[in-house]
Amino acid sequence: MSLANQLDQIFVFLQHWIEGFFPQWLQPGVGALIAVIGIVATFPAIFAVTTVLERKGLGRIQNRLGPNRVGPLGILQPVADGIKSLTKEDIVPRSADGVVHFLAPVVLVVAIFLGYAVLPVGRNMVLMNMDAGLLFFFAIGASTELSIFMAGWSSRNKYSLLGALRAVAQMISYEVPLLLSSVVAVMMTGSLSTVKIVEAQGGFTGIFPHWYVFTPWGFAGFILFVIAALAETNRSPFDLPEGESELVAGYFTEYSGFKFALFFLGEYLGMLSIAGFAITLFLGGWGAPFSFLGFMPSWAWFFLKLFAAIFFFIWLRGTLPRLRQDQLMNFAWKFMLPMTLLNLLVAGAWRFLGDGWSRWVICSLVLLFAYVLLGRVLMRHQHLGPRSYRYAE
Amino acid sequence: MLGEGILQGLAETAKNFAGSFVSKERLTTVQYPEERIAPIENTRDFPILIYDGNDPLAGLRCVACQICEKECPPKCIYIVKSTDKKPDFVGKMQIYPTRFDIDISVCMSCQICVEVCPFEAIKMDTEFELSTTDRFGGLMHNREQLSKSNEHYHKIHPTEAAEVDARLAEEKHKAEVKAKAAAEAAAAKAAAAATAAPTPAAIPAPKPIPESAPAKEPGA
Amino acid sequence: MIFGFSLTFLLTATLTVAGALAAAMLRNLVHCALSLTVTFGGLALLYLQLGAQFAGFSQILVYIGAVAILVVFAILLTRGAGIPEYRGFSTSWFFGLVIASAVFALLTWSVVRSLPASAATAAPSVTVQSIGASLMSTYVLPLEIVAVVLTVALIGAVIVAMPESRAPKSEAESSGAK
Repeated sequence: MSLANQLDQIFVFLQHWIEGFFPQWLQPGVGALIAVIGIVATFPAIFAVTTVLERKGLGRIQNRLGPNRVGPLGILQPVADGIKSLTKEDIVPRSADGVVHFLAPVVLVVAIFLGYAVLPVGRNMVLMNMDAGLLFFFAIGASTELSIFMAGWSSRNKYSLLGALRAVAQMISYEVPLLLSSVVAVMMTGSLSTVKIVEAQGGFTGIFPHWYVFTPWGFAGFILFVIAALAETNRSPFDLPEGESELVAGYFTEYSGFKFALFFLGEYLGMLSIAGFAITLFLGGWGAPFSFLGFMPSWAWFFLKLFAAIFFFIWLRGTLPRLRQDQLMNFAWKFMLPMTLLNLLVAGAWRFLGDGWSRWVICSLVLLFAYVLLGRVLMRHQHLGPRSYRYAE
Repeated sequence: MLGEGILQGLAETAKNFAGSFVSKERLTTVQYPEERIAPIENTRDFPILIYDGNDPLAGLRCVACQICEKECPPKCIYIVKSTDKKPDFVGKMQIYPTRFDIDISVCMSCQICVEVCPFEAIKMDTEFELSTTDRFGGLMHNREQLSKSNEHYHKIHPTEAAEVDARLAEEKHKAEVKAKAAAEAAAAKAAAAATAAPTPAAIPAPKPIPESAPAKEPGA
Repeated sequence: MIFGFSLTFLLTATLTVAGALAAAMLRNLVHCALSLTVTFGGLALLYLQLGAQFAGFSQILVYIGAVAILVVFAILLTRGAGIPEYRGFSTSWFFGLVIASAVFALLTWSVVRSLPASAATAAPSVTVQSIGASLMSTYVLPLEIVAVVLTVALIGAVIVAMPESRAPKSEAESSGAK
């Protein structure tokens, strides 16, 4: 087996080697346990790195340094943050609903970790290869909304409740475009299994890969999926529910110490997992971008793409102002929903127009025309210009 | 077109991000304890007393007139006058403060004491790293702590100090000239009285010429 | 294998029944809604154990992700879900018990009667693909009718939630009172 192949499958070999120490009937369980340990070790580590990268990246965008005292260039900052959140007093309001208050972060983190089970991190490296893998992921994503509601309601704080209701409304509204924009990828692959979707994008024409993002419907689908993903995970510019200047901390106002850290962890892990799915569905998963770069291990490509996605999210966070609640909802229902439905039509047309350059032109033109038209129609009544003030007489 | 603004915004932040590694203009952080920005000349923090020369007591300009104590809005200055006198920069005997305390936890850096001082004795310092663990005593600065030399004043406020020095030098010169003129006039008067007629009753005793030095105060 | 059922089935069934009982008997309404969610989860697990992947995941997606949230919103927007100050006491509780047992007996009898005589028949494999194919061929009409019903519901919701348009007040009237 060539060196590249060995490096590619190194974690699979490791798993089989450890399994070999156990009797036959225990092996599948041990294999699954090893994979679970791998997931639980890797993604929180990436979360820690993400927090530092975010603070330093946002700092540089805002003309300042980020944290730089804790380790060299501040990379040990998450350790300091972890110690801080573990040693803070856990305050539960007296009138808060104790059981629900305790269970909310637990439900969130459990649901988010479950979502990693169908994420193909590399070749042959997926915890569960289910036929309905994508459906599983979206079903679990729907359960996170419930935990946010639990957090907001159990705090018995009207601001938390408002934040929770807004967050749930936002997440429900953006779930429809999220699912619809991912359906195009499923349509073209013919299967809901994430492994098959990645493998279907593995071919190359010349040196260019067959990633779905390089097709008109895939590009539109990717952009819509990313926007809906940002809104699903309450990430800037859709972070009104947790906006610090609006609602203190929204639905996790009353949480302190480790529970807050769990919410934070859950939110970032959710962002990472949905970024992973965007990569799987549209960016070719663990595939290399050019055919001559195939010697690099598949998991390395996946994590490189994941870091590129993280960097892009941080960039967006530093650039865009927060969307107001009504602007958010309008955007979801009036813009994203029609665009995703149109994208479905275009993807179907792509399939039936057969191979050739004509389908590229037609599909791109239809999408572009719809985008511009929708944009103009929706912006018609917006009066965006320099602000005018009325002073008291 | 929809989305154009977002792309322009993304380009701007990308420029900021990349630029922060290469140009100082896009990364304006000064990492405080290790790097410091030099204060500008008009910086003012807390008052100090100026002394000329090397001896903090002999050269102290303050004559304990207590004008600053009376004018201070939060009343943070406490002065006790001395009972003996020492010569000031023109040679005249002046009293001096035996106690001059400023409570800098009360002082609000309004500079009124500096503005009203007729003797250019109290000026504002630029030192701000004055935190101490002693809550009351540590923030009460006495006369020894407050006395700073004229060289220090020149270092922190060069143009002001040059102005003050010029003014004080001019007054000293004027006082010297006047003293010399008064001494010459007194000598001439004494010589005239000695060569005059010996009749004691006819010539009235010459009236002593009033001294003009103490009443003339150097303008602030 | 206890009582002829597998351990996972027993655990899931216990969870489901406990959730349902809690949903019926708890005092705090939001707690009831959350236990109902646990019941839905238990049902989804049962579907998955029977091999119906699509049904199981749709159960989670629809029931927990939408119906439970709907129930919770309804509670919040209407009463506020405080703990009720009084306990309801019904004088005809005996008849209620009789009727409930009768319904339970009927359901049990019908379920037991419909069990196949031999449990060794091969279960039909229902994949997502076969569901999709049959939706598009055999069951196209119900699909389209469901779509129309959903559209009508959406339009109805928008109309109900739309603010009423008022006649514009004259400028002088609104600013003349100063």
